[in-house]
Amino acid sequence: MITVTDLRKEYRQGDRTVVALDGVSLHVDAGRIHGIIGHSGAGKSTLVRCLTLLDRPTSGSVAVNNKELANVSDADLRTARRRIGMVFQHANLLDSRTTAQNVAFPLELIGTPKAQIKAKVAELLELVGLSNFADAYPSQLSGGQRQRVGIARALCSDPDVLLCDEPTSALDPKTTDEILDLIKSVRDRLNLTVLIITHEMNVVKQACDSVSLLEAGRIVEHGDIAEVVADPTGRLSKALLPMPGELPNDLPAGTVLDLLYSGSQASEPVISSIARTFDVDVNVLAGSVEHLGIHQFAHLRIALPLGADIPAITAHLIANGVAVTAKEAK
Amino acid sequence: MDFLNDLMTNPGITKAMWPATLETLQMVAISGIFTALIGLPLGILLLNTAKDGLTPNKTLNFVLSGIIVNITRSIPFAILMVSLIPFAKFIVGVSLGPVAASVSLTIGTIPFFARLVETALREVSTGKIDAALVMGSTKMQIIRKVLVPEAMPGIIAASTTTLVTLIGYSAMAGLVGGGGLGRLAYNYGFQRYEPAIMVVTIVIMVLMVQIVQIIGDRIARLVDHR
Repeated sequence: MITVTDLRKEYRQGDRTVVALDGVSLHVDAGRIHGIIGHSGAGKSTLVRCLTLLDRPTSGSVAVNNKELANVSDADLRTARRRIGMVFQHANLLDSRTTAQNVAFPLELIGTPKAQIKAKVAELLELVGLSNFADAYPSQLSGGQRQRVGIARALCSDPDVLLCDEPTSALDPKTTDEILDLIKSVRDRLNLTVLIITHEMNVVKQACDSVSLLEAGRIVEHGDIAEVVADPTGRLSKALLPMPGELPNDLPAGTVLDLLYSGSQASEPVISSIARTFDVDVNVLAGSVEHLGIHQFAHLRIALPLGADIPAITAHLIANGVAVTAKEAK
Repeated sequence: MDFLNDLMTNPGITKAMWPATLETLQMVAISGIFTALIGLPLGILLLNTAKDGLTPNKTLNFVLSGIIVNITRSIPFAILMVSLIPFAKFIVGVSLGPVAASVSLTIGTIPFFARLVETALREVSTGKIDAALVMGSTKMQIIRKVLVPEAMPGIIAASTTTLVTLIGYSAMAGLVGGGGLGRLAYNYGFQRYEPAIMVVTIVIMVLMVQIVQIIGDRIARLVDHR
């Protein structure tokens, strides 16, 4: 598991001080996949560089399995870095080495015996499904295959944490799915802690157990996927379960409600239960229903006619665990 | 027919051409080897002492890049060679002949080669270096296992260009006592006005350059997996 405490990073730019990270704290338990999402300029790259200590943070700490990384000496740093396996956006494989030699690189650095390296590399190539490509050079591989090699290489020194920096941003949607599935299966088999830094909400939807929203160097929202989605006022909820479209102008007079419900309720007939209990016509204007991780979520916009007992309906919905936001029909 | 006859009988060709060719090859070989031995580390130093290098060192970089390399490169080779004759005598004990000329050739070519090596190394993406650092590489491991192997196609191309340049410079060295094909072409071809010798010398030099370029390109292709 990984714990980051009050990480700050300031850069000098001429006489100005630019604060790239403004006190970032997060904690991810072993065996969980945590997404850190943010727009470009939010501080994602700086965070990655500070987590791997390519840049020293100005203050704060990074601890993997309760072992501190940020304040160690240069010599210990090399050993400490091996606790974090890193996957890069563009894989960053060495073009002069074959697949097998690339995967072997971390072990070669510490002088592991050849036979041992060979066995480990074979095992990892099997894990990522590239056993037949051991002797291929990166230029002969597709983008997805290169990323698989990158993942195998990151796992070679048996790290506790897998840090993925935009692992799918350079890949097409189908390959993105494959790589995310691979990351999930690797997590399941090795009980790894995984951090995925990305700007793609889709990656969070598909792969993450929990998520943090990074903005201007701060984490402004964080929590398990189920938690952040269930909060209708949160920005992550809006981004993960977007309501398609604006309110149309030609709506008949009445009341518009936005409903957000999750988990077991999503499969219960909330809408027809209102219709039956209150004897009103319910018009569904827009909505999205999605599986996020193991949970199912629904975000619906419904219109109720004039004369419907809005307070009673709202109370009924809330009693059923549905978050309700009232919208005025135009 | 006269020209062909001259080709077969002229002592400048039948007797002097082969030793002169060997002298040229000797100069190119000696200076080529020493240029590579000194120029490659110098190129690595130029890159890594720079501001964005692995071990930034402003003073060392200024001395190496700003003073030594740039000044040596700004002196025309003919002048540099003449001015280095006393130094060659100090190093190898003689001031004439191919071995003495190799000293000035080496010194004149090292900065050129080092710059080409630096440029080739600079082509290696910072992402690869970051990846190696994150995996726990020492700086030496980055140079030996990442920078140099990844830049190898560029370094081979730089070596080819440098050897071709050396062949040209070696002819110039012939004019000031270095011997070799340059002296032959000057003494026989120019001063005694024997066109056959001039032509044969030029053909041999062109062949040398072509062979070096073809072999260099082939090796570069072999090591290039990009």
